[in-house]
Amino acid sequence: MSDRIFGGIGLLFALLFIWAAFHIELSFISDPVGPRTFPIIVAIVMALASVVIIIKPDVKPQWPRAARLLEIAIAAGVMVAYALALPEVGFLIATAVASAFLTWRLGTAPLWALVSGALTSIGIYTVFHLILGLSLARGPFGF
Amino acid sequence: MESLNSLLNGFAVALTWQHVFLALMGCFLGTIIGALPGLGPSNGVAILIPLAFTLGLEPTAAMILLTSVYYGAMYGGRISSILLNIPGDEPALMTTLDGYPMAQQGRAGEALSLSGVASFVGAFFATWGLVFLAPQLVKVALLFGPAEYFALFTLAFATLGGITSKNQAKAAFAAALGIMIAMVGVDGQTGVPRFAFGEVHLYDGIDFLVAIVGLFALSEVFLFLEHRGDGTGEGKSASVGIGRITPSWKLLKYCTPTMLRTSVIGFIAGVLPGAGASLGSFISYSLEKKMVDKEGTFGTGDPRGVAAPEAGNNAAAGGALVPMLALGVPGSGTTAVLLAMLLALNITPGPLLFISNPDVVWGLIAALFLGNFMLLAMNIPMVGMFVRVLLIPPRILMPIVAMISFVGIYGISGSTFDLMVMIVFGLLGWVLRKLDVPLVPVILGILLGNNMEDNLRRAMTISDGDWSVLLGSPLAIGLWLVSIIGFVLPILLGGLIRRRMRMRRDEVGAVQD
Repeated sequence: MSDRIFGGIGLLFALLFIWAAFHIELSFISDPVGPRTFPIIVAIVMALASVVIIIKPDVKPQWPRAARLLEIAIAAGVMVAYALALPEVGFLIATAVASAFLTWRLGTAPLWALVSGALTSIGIYTVFHLILGLSLARGPFGF
Repeated sequence: MESLNSLLNGFAVALTWQHVFLALMGCFLGTIIGALPGLGPSNGVAILIPLAFTLGLEPTAAMILLTSVYYGAMYGGRISSILLNIPGDEPALMTTLDGYPMAQQGRAGEALSLSGVASFVGAFFATWGLVFLAPQLVKVALLFGPAEYFALFTLAFATLGGITSKNQAKAAFAAALGIMIAMVGVDGQTGVPRFAFGEVHLYDGIDFLVAIVGLFALSEVFLFLEHRGDGTGEGKSASVGIGRITPSWKLLKYCTPTMLRTSVIGFIAGVLPGAGASLGSFISYSLEKKMVDKEGTFGTGDPRGVAAPEAGNNAAAGGALVPMLALGVPGSGTTAVLLAMLLALNITPGPLLFISNPDVVWGLIAALFLGNFMLLAMNIPMVGMFVRVLLIPPRILMPIVAMISFVGIYGISGSTFDLMVMIVFGLLGWVLRKLDVPLVPVILGILLGNNMEDNLRRAMTISDGDWSVLLGSPLAIGLWLVSIIGFVLPILLGGLIRRRMRMRRDEVGAVQD
């Protein structure tokens, strides 16, 4: 069933892509093929592959339970928040918080997660900024 | 002889303090990356690319660093295979079959050092193969016109799923998805924006480094999050005794014919499109078993069963560099990632690379020779140190991987938008992995999509819109034929080969349990 849904989404995506390709504006300079043809060919390949996947699906993969899915979603949310916070609070703080959260969710005890998060952040800062001279996001305190 | 001369020049390039140091760093990091369960050559190199890029390394230096990591990771993959019975990466799977039984018998040190030597023999042989074969391939490649290149790209996509591909429809889907992602942005030939939906950030297209790091590295983090608490890799420390860490001469002599034979097989498997290191080690192991296993000791801790897959997969790793450097068409996941590095440095691999940037190519090849000796030196006496690395649990490691990915991408562009795109690719990679859709064709599509379209359009411009030009030369027709065969063959044979690979593992698994 998973594969059928996947194939359906793929087919829909391919059709949307073809539709979008027909709406690419043409400019006055053009070559014999133009900017529309190749994307359309590729989308047709995808549509065909999707149809095959719908007709001949593989065995169903083992999806995690709902709680675990939520967990993955939350982790992705934390990463988004991290990306947004990075320019605001600076590398050290943002990284310490984000990696503490991730290691906690991966099974480190809460207190140790804080330690590990802080060490990860300081470690990366030391290696990449202090030693290798990479510019990392600067926060209000200059780090 | 021309090759040898170029190689000498290459050594002149490679033997600077900076390059030697980078090769040493790369080998060291690579071995660690390879040894850690969950990190293999492709995602290890993927994380390091943005870093090499932001550090502002010269093209030669960056390539030396990353290919050293690649070779190092191929060496390192065996460590967790032997000690924990968990392959550090996919090609190291076959090494578990005899490596782990050896470790259980208290001969872990012997197995580690022997496989180190076998890795060296395989990689050393393959690097020589690269020296002689790549220039020959370049001569052929110089005959290619746009139509032939278009056919060659098709061939790469058609065969990438590989002979072991489970579902060719999914491989085709993945390739199409990658190419479609590459289409986003302003069209290079006519200057019109495509699929950008008015979003200015998308006019430049989607940066392939962002996509690669997301697909390979971040998706790994999500995968670990999903399997947290399943006990894979955790708590299982290297409890088995290591034993002596140098192989005896007798043992080496005993295994030498095996190593030489499997190096050749592995190299060929690496050069061929769609085969790659996993198949290289599998074929090596199976053939050796057929040839020398008269007493039925393979699978119970036979040293030759450790030497064969290790020599095979390291030779395949070298072999895979041949089409990547000479044609610009990678044959495996990691070489696809290395190709991304070259493209990011504004170097287009392919026949012209050998003519316009000989210093990069030959410097790189010379560095591979150096790296090989460094890896041998590192892996025999210092193997105990790498073993300790295995004690880092994934719950600490994975957040570090995630954070380094962010650092690398942020370092290139300083843009939050890119980080968002990377997270999206991370989730996409996780879903695709769950659905058994291969990721390598996606990457290759993103990398080569624009190039492929350019060649198609160039060919059509030359022929003034006549599509028959695509079949206009015997070379092109040959390439089309190979791609069709390469795509159809796995549908017929893939199931069979995969079943045998699984059976072999089950058989041996049953003996251990």
